[in-house]
Amino acid sequence: MMPPINWPVIYPELAICITAFIVLIVDLFLPGRHKWVLSLISIFGVLVALQIVFMNFGLKGDTKAFFGMVVSDATGLYFKTIFCIGTLLAIFVSITYQRREFPEVGEFYTLMLLSTFGMMIMASALDLITIFLGLEMMSIPLYVLAGIYRGRYRSREAALKYFLLGAFASGFLLYGIALIYGAFGTTNITRIVELIADGKPYSPFFVGVGSVLVLIGLAFKAGVVPFHMWIPDVYEGAPAPVTAFMSAGPKAAAIVAILRIFVITTPVIDLTWVFWVLAVVTMTWGNILAINQNNIKRMLAYSSIAHVGYLLVAITVGGEEGVSSAAFYLLVYTIMNIGAFAIVVLFAEREEFYENISDYAGFGSRFPFAAITMTIFMASLGGIPGTAGFVGKFMIFSGAINHGFYWLAVIGVLNSLVSIYYYLRVVVAMYMRQPQTRLVDIAISPSLMIAIIITLLLVIQIGIFPDNWLSLAKQAASLAF
Amino acid sequence: MAPLSYYLILSAMLFTIGVWGVLRNRNALIIFMSIELMLNAVNITLMAFSSFLKDFSGQVFVFLVMAIAAAEVAVGLAIIVSIFRVKESINVDDVNLMKW
Amino acid sequence: MEMIVKLIPVFPLFGFLIIGLTNKKMPKQVVNIIACGSVFLSFVAGTIAFFSLLGMPSNSRFITGFWFDWIIAGSFSSSVSFMFDPLAAVMVLVVSGVSFIIHVYSIGYMAHDGGYWRYFSFLNLFVFSMLLLVLADNVLLLFVGWEGVGLCSYLLIGFWFHKKSASDAGKKAFIVNRIGDFGFLLGIMLLFWTLGSTNIKEISHLAPEMLVAGGGLVTAITLLFLVGAVGKSAQIPLYVWLPDAMEGPTPVSALIHAATMVTAGVYMIARLSALYVLAPTSMAIVAIVGGFTALYAATIGLAQNDIKRVLAYSTISQIGYMFLACGVGAFSAGIFHLTTHAFFKALLFMGAGSVIHALSGEQDMRYMGGLKNRLPFTYKAFLIATLSISGIPLLAGFFSKDEILWKAYSSGHGHPLLWILGLITAILTAFYMFRLLYLTFHGKSNVTAEAEKHLHESPPVMLIPLYILAFLSIFGGYIGLPHALGGGAWFENFLMPVIAESAHVIETGSHHAPSLEYILMLASVVAVLLGIVVAYNFYIKNPEKPKQLAQRFAGCYRLIFNKYYIDEVYDYLIVKPLYILSLIFWKIFDVRVIDGFVNRLAKFFGSMSERFRILQTGFVRNYALVFFIGVIILVGYLCYIFR
Repeated sequence: MMPPINWPVIYPELAICITAFIVLIVDLFLPGRHKWVLSLISIFGVLVALQIVFMNFGLKGDTKAFFGMVVSDATGLYFKTIFCIGTLLAIFVSITYQRREFPEVGEFYTLMLLSTFGMMIMASALDLITIFLGLEMMSIPLYVLAGIYRGRYRSREAALKYFLLGAFASGFLLYGIALIYGAFGTTNITRIVELIADGKPYSPFFVGVGSVLVLIGLAFKAGVVPFHMWIPDVYEGAPAPVTAFMSAGPKAAAIVAILRIFVITTPVIDLTWVFWVLAVVTMTWGNILAINQNNIKRMLAYSSIAHVGYLLVAITVGGEEGVSSAAFYLLVYTIMNIGAFAIVVLFAEREEFYENISDYAGFGSRFPFAAITMTIFMASLGGIPGTAGFVGKFMIFSGAINHGFYWLAVIGVLNSLVSIYYYLRVVVAMYMRQPQTRLVDIAISPSLMIAIIITLLLVIQIGIFPDNWLSLAKQAASLAF
Repeated sequence: MAPLSYYLILSAMLFTIGVWGVLRNRNALIIFMSIELMLNAVNITLMAFSSFLKDFSGQVFVFLVMAIAAAEVAVGLAIIVSIFRVKESINVDDVNLMKW
Repeated sequence: MEMIVKLIPVFPLFGFLIIGLTNKKMPKQVVNIIACGSVFLSFVAGTIAFFSLLGMPSNSRFITGFWFDWIIAGSFSSSVSFMFDPLAAVMVLVVSGVSFIIHVYSIGYMAHDGGYWRYFSFLNLFVFSMLLLVLADNVLLLFVGWEGVGLCSYLLIGFWFHKKSASDAGKKAFIVNRIGDFGFLLGIMLLFWTLGSTNIKEISHLAPEMLVAGGGLVTAITLLFLVGAVGKSAQIPLYVWLPDAMEGPTPVSALIHAATMVTAGVYMIARLSALYVLAPTSMAIVAIVGGFTALYAATIGLAQNDIKRVLAYSTISQIGYMFLACGVGAFSAGIFHLTTHAFFKALLFMGAGSVIHALSGEQDMRYMGGLKNRLPFTYKAFLIATLSISGIPLLAGFFSKDEILWKAYSSGHGHPLLWILGLITAILTAFYMFRLLYLTFHGKSNVTAEAEKHLHESPPVMLIPLYILAFLSIFGGYIGLPHALGGGAWFENFLMPVIAESAHVIETGSHHAPSLEYILMLASVVAVLLGIVVAYNFYIKNPEKPKQLAQRFAGCYRLIFNKYYIDEVYDYLIVKPLYILSLIFWKIFDVRVIDGFVNRLAKFFGSMSERFRILQTGFVRNYALVFFIGVIILVGYLCYIFR
């Protein structure tokens, strides 16, 4: 007996989706200068979704819906919380920027919400088809978002690169799913796990190659070396708020899908060493290439690759400890990264002008609050104690050590040492360099300040009192197994 | 009826041709068409499995893939057009302002 | 009631934040209200909590104030929570009360200073840290407060940082304290390692069960804590920072370097008395350190000319008394002396401050004299404090000092030699205090003409605090009136449930004949009078005599005048070799080896980065190629596995 349709399970997704369409429709009737109303509707919708997510933590009875294609378990809900927080912050970061740079583009928020919708589906998915659909639902709006700033050629270029490579990667993902389907005759993860447990014969080759291809498709979205090539260009070209948005949620969505796929691959094939190598290559490559970047968005792009490397360390470790540390790190990373991008948006009063790290010279005395906040985010990204980033890295590396991956931990720690160098470059530029040009005043937008203050408080709060957040992540991990 | 492996090999070949097309061509439209070829190669695999396993979900999957492909076409062509407007060209090798 | 206890330290914290963040945007009047008001609120909260404590049965006087769990890591846990028991109550009242008085005094004293806001924000931060220290229910939180007061002390000693001597003094205080803190921290670690807890209440319960009395472990722990206490409370050998600390504003000297912070070491030993009674060796060392410091600092005090330095050495000497009391097991006597000392020493400093204020910053006693009639109100308050500290009967200082001397003689840990140390110190104390009084207020005026012009009595905002403290210096002692004088030793009884006076101490104490206590009391009174008479003889009747004496015993005088050359000895033995060593490390090891290595490595990564970034060509097709190579490698690996 298949479980029946169970609507409450996808209420959060529905909330986001409905909001997206409301925004789309309202957009038709709003004159250009009032498009900011859309952001309020979006914020409200995301808050409703977040509330439903919290309520769903206590969902009684069957948590599966649509004949077992989606599920509402602690893992999924935890990640949905991350998506909602990420989207919420990204909207706050966007409002002023959107009004200033492309005021007539109201569908901006619709696209953001639809992308979030896709991520949430990925987090709930218990079926390879659903994962694929969620992935496309997430990606296609992102292609558009990357190119939404039509006034800038870089934005268009970013869209093209992202789109071509994204579609290319989807092909591999799809091929992988097809092979797994061929091996088991079903794409439902629960069902496949049952079949493996029952000892039904299957072709390990198909399953092996299939799951590796699926992992490649997801690794592309997460930005694992060597599938990362799009990241620097797209992050640099896309408008800064979009970069903030896509550096957080989509990565988390890809990671949660990888965790789901793991359930299938683990009994068939031991991929530990593959992940080991990917982790080392990814973090080293990201960190080394970040060193000499001058554009701060590009630097943060490489740094995000490095952070995926740390996440891969957690995935290599696996088990409850690995998954919980990965989940925790994603939350932390989402918050601190969006915070850093919020400051970038704040400083990028005139795009291109203030995007180079050298342009930040003299900001320390000119904009003391923003500069100290940026310093804290950089410290957190670098993993300096007292910040959330430190706790995240600590959990990951201590997990690696507990499970005997000493070399991985050593390489990881050395890597974060290297990373301090380029994070501190920003701080050095802000405090110890003289400005080359006269500094223009920055228009402080209240919405941006909200995002900055929320992220700042969270970074410090998680950095000093991580316990509650850690236990949330642990809970998310314990139910995944 | 031909054995399953024939279909699988055919689709694998088509997929490889698609990949080759992506790597080889400079024209954004042709690259895009090659990607479509890859997706359709996968569709053949799905159909073959569906038919041999007597399971309909594979065919449903094919429809979903086609829908997704259509959506990608809509977005992709728009992006290519927007590049064309600026560059008067759809040669992807011209699109390399951002690098390093 | 829990809420009130929780709030006690919060008020000054908010005061600090508000004043510190708004800084000069705030008018001075508002700063006054916030700074003094927040401390006053703490005092009120402390008083309310104190009275509710009195309402409880004497054995269960205890209020907790739990804020939140701070660190939980494995078996280690530490929370931000307070314990308000009789000991904490006494400390809270003393700290917040004296602080409030000194805050008010500072309004007058600092009125014309450019750093007014900075001063009050630091002062509030200090009160917060000190209250945290005395209220902490675990050693770690206590350490946070401990470091906090150290920081404030550093900031306030170097308050006039443009003066090199002041900033040097700040650094000296900080560094010397770090040595002590290091011992303290090691003690905490060792304590946690052995008992598995940092909670003071748990420690007191666990220690007698888990530690062998007199064993090496408990001795090591207590000695490490003693190192911390010696640093903070300026005892031999780490006392050198306190005299230099007088570079700070005088109210700071009164509050931090006399009344409250420097007594933190005594408080900590009393707090951990459960551990100390298990380690007789440590107790003996505490007593000996205290006794010798008391005598030693008093001798240096004899020959100093700077009015604040005399008081600084007197502070060291008096804290020596407190250590002596703790060392002989009379913890409550130590705390009692701490309390009365806070009153009269704060008064002395503020009186000195009033004099310095009147003389436009002159601190050298050779340029004072005859001020009795010019500053009549300051003089009277100062006289009361001098009588009190000297131990004239019926004043506060007499009771507490006498209690210590009696315990030093009679307690099971005591020894007649310790009593003799204390007695000689009492003579010297009376002598140098009256020397100070005579040189400053009596005799002929040596005030410079420049200072003479501005000579004026201090404003009421400075004088009223003096008289409040003068009242306390007279009557503060009656809370601890001993049995021998018909009192109920209320103070001792109040603290009894908290402080582990070993049964041993009390037992042997009762063997002495009751008349002995009176005899010793009489001896100390005679000693004090002797000191006063000698001082009178030297500085009023024969003003030439000190100089003759100094010439006759020139070597001895120079030794004392130069503070036994201890600063020079430390400089020669410790600072110089360290300096040379650090020079070697810096020039050769650091610059060449470490920096060289790090710079090479950084250059290496930088060049790698520069070389590899070219791979990011910007061509989509190259990106797809790299992607595909990745696919081939992974799938190839799979094929290799399943071959």
